[in-house]
Amino acid sequence: MFDIRPVETDYVRHRAAQFRAQVERRLDGSLTEDEFKPLRLMNGVYLQLHAYMLRVAIPYGTISPDQMRTLAHLAQTYDKGYGHWTTRQNIQFNWPKLVDIPDMLDALADVGMHAIQTSGNTIRNVTTDAFAGAAFDEVADPRPYAELLRSWSTDHAEFQFLPRKFKIAISGGKKDRAVIAAHDIGLRMTEQGGKTGFEVWIGGGLGRTPLLGKVVRDFLPEEDLLPYVEAIIATYNLSGRRDNKYKARIKITVAERGLDVMRAEIEEEFLARRREFHGADREALRIFKDRFRAPSFRNAPVDGFEVERQANPAFRSWTDTNLHQHRVDGYASVIVTFKAPGQTPGDASAAQMRLLADLAERYGHADLRVMHDQNVALPHVHKSDLPALYAELKEAGLATANAGLTSDIIACPGMDYCALATARSIPIAEEIADHFRAVGLEEEIGNLNIRISGCINACGHHHLGHIGILGLDRAGVENYQITLGGDAYDIPAIGERAGAGFPAEEVVPAIDRLLCAYLDVRQDASERFIDAYRRLGPAPFKAALYPVAADA
Amino acid sequence: MSKAFTLSAARPGVITANDLRQGHNVWMCDDGWTPDPRKATIYEDEAIAELALLKAIGQANLVVGPYLVEARRGPNGPEPTHFRETFRQRGPSNYFHGIQADQANDTPETAHV
Repeated sequence: MFDIRPVETDYVRHRAAQFRAQVERRLDGSLTEDEFKPLRLMNGVYLQLHAYMLRVAIPYGTISPDQMRTLAHLAQTYDKGYGHWTTRQNIQFNWPKLVDIPDMLDALADVGMHAIQTSGNTIRNVTTDAFAGAAFDEVADPRPYAELLRSWSTDHAEFQFLPRKFKIAISGGKKDRAVIAAHDIGLRMTEQGGKTGFEVWIGGGLGRTPLLGKVVRDFLPEEDLLPYVEAIIATYNLSGRRDNKYKARIKITVAERGLDVMRAEIEEEFLARRREFHGADREALRIFKDRFRAPSFRNAPVDGFEVERQANPAFRSWTDTNLHQHRVDGYASVIVTFKAPGQTPGDASAAQMRLLADLAERYGHADLRVMHDQNVALPHVHKSDLPALYAELKEAGLATANAGLTSDIIACPGMDYCALATARSIPIAEEIADHFRAVGLEEEIGNLNIRISGCINACGHHHLGHIGILGLDRAGVENYQITLGGDAYDIPAIGERAGAGFPAEEVVPAIDRLLCAYLDVRQDASERFIDAYRRLGPAPFKAALYPVAADA
Repeated sequence: MSKAFTLSAARPGVITANDLRQGHNVWMCDDGWTPDPRKATIYEDEAIAELALLKAIGQANLVVGPYLVEARRGPNGPEPTHFRETFRQRGPSNYFHGIQADQANDTPETAHV
């Protein structure tokens, strides 16, 4: 059953008040840590390597300027002045005090935000294409459906104790920018016979057993979304393993039981569940579609944009890399990368957050998106505003022209912050970025996805990097394994381990040898690293990584 | 978490945890808990360390997740033997935050509990 909550902020405030009382009971000894831990996790509060961490949900990465300013306020007041964009379009604060977190949740509730279901074995934040509603190639804006799923899954009584956490991603069209193949459920918007619907994938996931999802339904009419997703999760809820947390994700359920068995059970469950939906979901979707209606786009000349491109090479370079084609003439989507020289991938200061909020209001129809690759997009910017926007971003150190290039690295917090990590990620990312900037090869190398994780849980999506790096603890020393050939987007692929790992100081030289070999063997500048890898296979790249072994 | 090891005079250890209210790392010392790892009590006897750990577990109103971890004797007090504990005692490598900043300022923001 599904019923839309009339006043959602009331619920969020109620939950914040509940958590305040839970913290009080923990501090006065009424609750033990064992009793309190699941309660704090339900509210996104982890205990990490140096401090507590609060993970705040940014549903499908969409955030308003006022909400962004609240994040800035939290960073400045309760943290050390910054926050960290995650690979699931959320934000993490690394230094909150437990006694302050109730106040943080109250501040979030004021702008309709919360940390509910950002942890625990529940349905997590629904993610989607950062260019939703703006991309030139989407079938439809996926956000109303993402909001439908978010609203339905929040506090869903049946799905609060799943075998393991559960992640859903929606792509707005054929071109996948939401990494649907690596999610428990991946939805790709599509059309069939004039009807809008979804291609439904299940069983994808990374971690210690990386598996790509499989298509369980070629076409699901959009009106059946909730009953079908509910059927998938209900089926998994009963048949997913609870005896071993490492085998509890739906990817293992699908792998062990078989896609056909799962599909048959899901379809049977779907028929039963569909009868229980009486139109409230349709009514909610209508409201959400209205909420996500397009802004009033301007029809204005773009001459200034072209003039500035000719006059300013730095601006031209930035527009070459950091814009994405908009569906409306005269508009572009802007990628603001948080991967400037010396910057921790995905870290944003309070001042940067406030600036983004201001710029979104001034130039971007008051819309901001946190991207899964730890950048932020302004989805709707008129091209005539780009020179002014660029100038303000540049002033704040946010105009690095590197979207999709070598230094646009996804990196998890690693052992600089995370209690689960086995090695650091951030210094490796910074060293690789610094090196390729210093040798001036970044532009020549072109599109390249480097992904770094500090443990096998793979928050840095290393399996999906064209070059993936996995940090491990080898006999008390940080050691890094390299995987090759992964791809999150065009042809989803899990990277393959190239060979023995490298000590930290040998990672940059190894990646340098690898990319020099690529530049030697590629057919021309249009052949990306991943294309050359697919054409030639791993041999020439392994030989570059392990020259001694190859010579022997 | 720390790997299991057998405590001895040759492989001493310290007890560490997180402060319940604020979350920062703390070490068990002779008169309670300290945010300065150099002031941690060093244990060389397994039975005494086990007793101390039980006492730490009993202080759930002050700390979270206490555990015994290997350390070596250094000129300024106990030192970590594994890089994970090195980072816990120093702070992150990307910013001068955490214990390294507290020690540099000599004004720990984290009170002795």
